[in-house]
Amino acid sequence: MSKLSMKKDGFAQAAIDELGWWRAHKFLFLRRASQLSVFILFAIGPLFSLWLLKGNLSSSELLGIVPLSDPLATLQVILTGHMPEFTLILGALIIAIFYALVGGRVFCSWVCPVNMVTDSASWLRRKLNLPRTSEMPRSLRYYLLAVVLLLPILTGLTVWEWVNPVPVLYRAALFSAGSGLWLLVAIFLLDLFISERAWCGHLCPTGALFALLGKLSPVKVSAVNAKACDNCMDCFVVCPERQVLKPALKGKQAMITNSDCTQCGRCIDVCAQRVFQYKNRIALKAENTQ
Amino acid sequence: MSKVESSKSTVTGVNRRQFLAQSAKAGCAMGLLGMGITSVAKQSSQLDPLAIRPPGALSESDFLSACVRCGLCVEACPYDTLKLARWFDGAATGTPYFTARTIPCEMCEDIPCVKACPSGSLDHDLTDIDESKMGIAVLIDEKNCLNFKGLRCDVCYRVCPLIDDAITLEMQHNQRSDHHAMFLPKVNSDSCTGCGKCEHVCVLEQAAIKVLPAHIALGKTASHDTYINTEETTLEMLNRGLPL
Ligand code: SF4
Ligand code: SF4
Ligand code: SF4
Ligand code: SF4
Ligand code: SF4
Repeated sequence: MSKLSMKKDGFAQAAIDELGWWRAHKFLFLRRASQLSVFILFAIGPLFSLWLLKGNLSSSELLGIVPLSDPLATLQVILTGHMPEFTLILGALIIAIFYALVGGRVFCSWVCPVNMVTDSASWLRRKLNLPRTSEMPRSLRYYLLAVVLLLPILTGLTVWEWVNPVPVLYRAALFSAGSGLWLLVAIFLLDLFISERAWCGHLCPTGALFALLGKLSPVKVSAVNAKACDNCMDCFVVCPERQVLKPALKGKQAMITNSDCTQCGRCIDVCAQRVFQYKNRIALKAENTQ
Repeated sequence: MSKVESSKSTVTGVNRRQFLAQSAKAGCAMGLLGMGITSVAKQSSQLDPLAIRPPGALSESDFLSACVRCGLCVEACPYDTLKLARWFDGAATGTPYFTARTIPCEMCEDIPCVKACPSGSLDHDLTDIDESKMGIAVLIDEKNCLNFKGLRCDVCYRVCPLIDDAITLEMQHNQRSDHHAMFLPKVNSDSCTGCGKCEHVCVLEQAAIKVLPAHIALGKTASHDTYINTEETTLEMLNRGLPL
């Protein structure tokens, strides 16, 4: 078997030795903190009547004024032929512009609750030493996105919202609608036993839409120190979208430009050689042209 | 190492034919998936007859296209009336509804639930809560209703926010005792808002009066039927021949 699955307790050990356990998990912790804070902001409303953020990820209201809505849900509504209130559209625009600036799939790794489910499946996969598999094409998510946007036109219903697992966790926790949780269990099992990173890496249409939104975002992970790479492959093991790494490590351009990158920063964490860093594309360009 | 490398090379080394075959396969899979989800959606879009939508809700099919299931209406309701439907709840998952028998709508004057709705699935044109049509109350069981037994329960009548308009008591001779009167609750479907307060308070173990969605509660004449108001029909009109 390959070196990847043979490393047992050795995973990211070099980084931990080099930087200490804490710093070798820095972005993982910041990410979990961010995911949980968003959730807590929603949850303290119904729990303590502290309404900083009302609603859920499908649509919400920040501080009682700023509307925020899921662009995918909003698109579906519009495609059914229903013209929503302007609030919903404005909310979707605010979210779209925000992620276009900070990086589309930042939503996936820093906000989306399903990420915790699929990350734990992937962690368990590593612990159980299950073989790496990836038979599904990554482009499936764009096909699924197309289907999700086509069905409202054909049926007049926001069909995907019946089964969309992304808002399910929030609805379960905030509105005690726990019976949808089986979807998340299904995703966990799918990711764990059937195909690695099946959901977030190959299927989720929300992630696909955010990837498209973030195509032009200036914030990227960059292999600034690619020369120092000692081919330990730790970043390939943790990266949920590992196809994005090779061009940056081996190619001419150090920047990870592929919009599939979720900007989770795990590659930065686990690299003892400090190969990766968050970079601002505009600043980096300026540096290079000097 | 080898694994990653080999999977990479197949990804980059796809030729045109493989690409077309892959797309066709993915297309078929997505088609099937789409049909699957649609049938789930279609089946569960049947609303439970006792689940009532919030005030201002569009007709059920329009409502299902519009609602993004954000729960803002639920959080805006000061009386905890509204709930978001769970899977298998008899309303499309994630959409708001209420069960009148458990918590009815208190008919807030400023209608916060409608104001909160970002999608317009609760119609923002509804500004007078008395105009809302969440459902229609129906006195569904004349056998067990206490007033039909000649008693003066009247609880549903007295609790109605539109007393003597949406619900009235019709005095009728009591055939059984022969010298008492019966006061029969009667709902005026033009005025009833479907708030469900009557169903909520009905003293029976099972309410004799129930709020039903309008499409179940109301009859409808076929479009080709013409209703003739006999009181206003004159002999002259009959001679002219009625426009049937
Ligand atoms: S891919 Fe989808 S489910 Fe996964 S993190 Fe992104 S939005 Fe969430
Ligand atoms: S390249 Fe790095 S930041 Fe991007 S998804 Fe992979 S691990 Fe995360
Ligand atoms: S009118 Fe008031 S009580 Fe009725 S559903 Fe709306 S917010 Fe709740
Ligand atoms: S506020 Fe509107 S869009 Fe949100 S759940 Fe209620 S009815 Fe649906
Ligand atoms: S539902 Fe009952 S209480 Fe409410 S308006 Fe109609 S008759 Fe009155």
